Amino acid sequence: MSPIMLELLVRSLWETVVMTAASGIISLVFGLPLGLALVATARGGIAENLWVNRVLGAVINGFRSVPFIILLVALIPVTRLIVGTSIGTWAAIVPLSIAATPYYARIAEVSLREVDRGLIEAVRAMGGNRWTIVREVLIPEALPGIVAGFTVTLVTLIGASAMAGAIGAGGLGDLAIRYGYQRFETSVMVAVVAVLIVMVCGIQWIGDRWVAKLDHRG
Amino acid sequence: MNSHVTWKAASAAAEETDVIRLADVRRRFGETAALDGVTLTVRRGEILGIIGRSGAGKSTLIRCLNGLERPDSGTIAIEGREITGLGEADLQPLRRRIGMIFQHFNLLSAKTVEENVALPLKIEGWPKAKRLARAAELLELVGLSGKAKAYPSELSGGQKQRVGIARALAAKPALLLSDEATSALDPETTRSILALLKDINRKLGLTILLITHEMEVIRGIADRVTVLDAGRVVEEGPVWQVFSRPQAQTTRSLLSSIRPQLPAHIADKLTTDVGGEAILGIDIAGPAATGPLFEGLSQEFPGGYRLIHGGVDHIQEQAVGRFFLAVPAEKAASLASYAERLGAQVEVLGHVADHA
Repeated sequence: MSPIMLELLVRSLWETVVMTAASGIISLVFGLPLGLALVATARGGIAENLWVNRVLGAVINGFRSVPFIILLVALIPVTRLIVGTSIGTWAAIVPLSIAATPYYARIAEVSLREVDRGLIEAVRAMGGNRWTIVREVLIPEALPGIVAGFTVTLVTLIGASAMAGAIGAGGLGDLAIRYGYQRFETSVMVAVVAVLIVMVCGIQWIGDRWVAKLDHRG
Repeated sequence: MNSHVTWKAASAAAEETDVIRLADVRRRFGETAALDGVTLTVRRGEILGIIGRSGAGKSTLIRCLNGLERPDSGTIAIEGREITGLGEADLQPLRRRIGMIFQHFNLLSAKTVEENVALPLKIEGWPKAKRLARAAELLELVGLSGKAKAYPSELSGGQKQRVGIARALAAKPALLLSDEATSALDPETTRSILALLKDINRKLGLTILLITHEMEVIRGIADRVTVLDAGRVVEEGPVWQVFSRPQAQTTRSLLSSIRPQLPAHIADKLTTDVGGEAILGIDIAGPAATGPLFEGLSQEFPGGYRLIHGGVDHIQEQAVGRFFLAVPAEKAASLASYAERLGAQVEVLGHVADHA
């Protein structure tokens, strides 16, 4: 592989890292509260409100059912509004985040819903309010699942970011398609796949280690 | 006007002795009445046991006491304060006056033992150093000083319940509610947990209300017992009295596992036809049970009766005896009236044709 190709590979890797990390953090920041809201407003939840629950659920399902490649294009006006441009790595972060947030909200919801109701009752019985329940029970008890779910989301984002080449965002996926596939440079394709495998394995390994450290459920 | 004043004075006097007063509390879930007009009081410093089968309304009752459940009607006063009308925000400080322990311990898995114990204090806004010092004190009280930094998953069931007890005591409650706290534990651990509760009751003068489906628990530590069936109080009184003379069918059946019962092979042969031998069930308790019952019987009816089964138990330092005698049918009535004169309660259970 030529030095130029190597430089392209490094630049693409960086673009993928930026897209994945930025949209991952954004989906965590918005998805976790959304997941909490879904659990809290559900029947028997700490802030039961079935109407809000249904609306939230419908909006999340709506976003999740749109294929990402369509979302990428459909959101161009929104992207332009937020980032100022609809092309490039930063522009791709908007649709990536908007796709990953409802995805992560559902994953967080599952972990939060699995927290033993007895624990919530115990903290209510000792005089805790809703915020205490969220801070002392729901989040800490669901944390292993929340972290594991974040790992899954990051890996999914790496995959999704490959499509971001469609709006000129670059990244490893884009490199593989333009050089590896369209120009028949098999060595580029192999290199990209190898880098992706290492990246995914690395994220999963770190995530698993972190979960093991957090999990005291025995 | 005058009557109003007297009423107030009377209620103030009652406040000093009653930690809980329930009057005609009702709660329905759909068609079923979980609580169907429950009236009871818990006095300061006592251990009241509430027993009933599953579905009798015990859990609903205990959850009504700290406002986790709201009754449809009736009044609930905690330390003289009516709680049924209170909103969630007013209930929160009140709940800090009431500790609670649970069947499945309900310890937070992500927190260490000391963090679990200190949690009620964190909710009350204590500074960290102070609450950890208090947690250490409590862990010593329950005999778990060495486990402060451990996580609940590293503890045995009995140890977890000790942590639960320490946590319930952290905010110095006026009342401890125990929701089947020993039901998930083996008999030996159950005994040690009950001993700890009794010890805490004596040392701290803490009022304890416990619900259970096991008579062993009531027998072990309660001062008074209330029997609940289908949401109603069917029997109540000092434990030794209820154990010696259970009136309600539910009480009898709940007691059947720990009171002597007529052996099944004899019970199977019982008939209502008078003749052969009569089988008598004799209950005798309290001061009467320490009298010379058998000496008297032997003198009055020489060779006239056989002891089939039974014994004397001691509950709350009172003797509680229950015996099954076989006597020739013709002597049954006179033996029964003789025993009744000595303070026993006699029941003719039936007859067996010949030697049982």
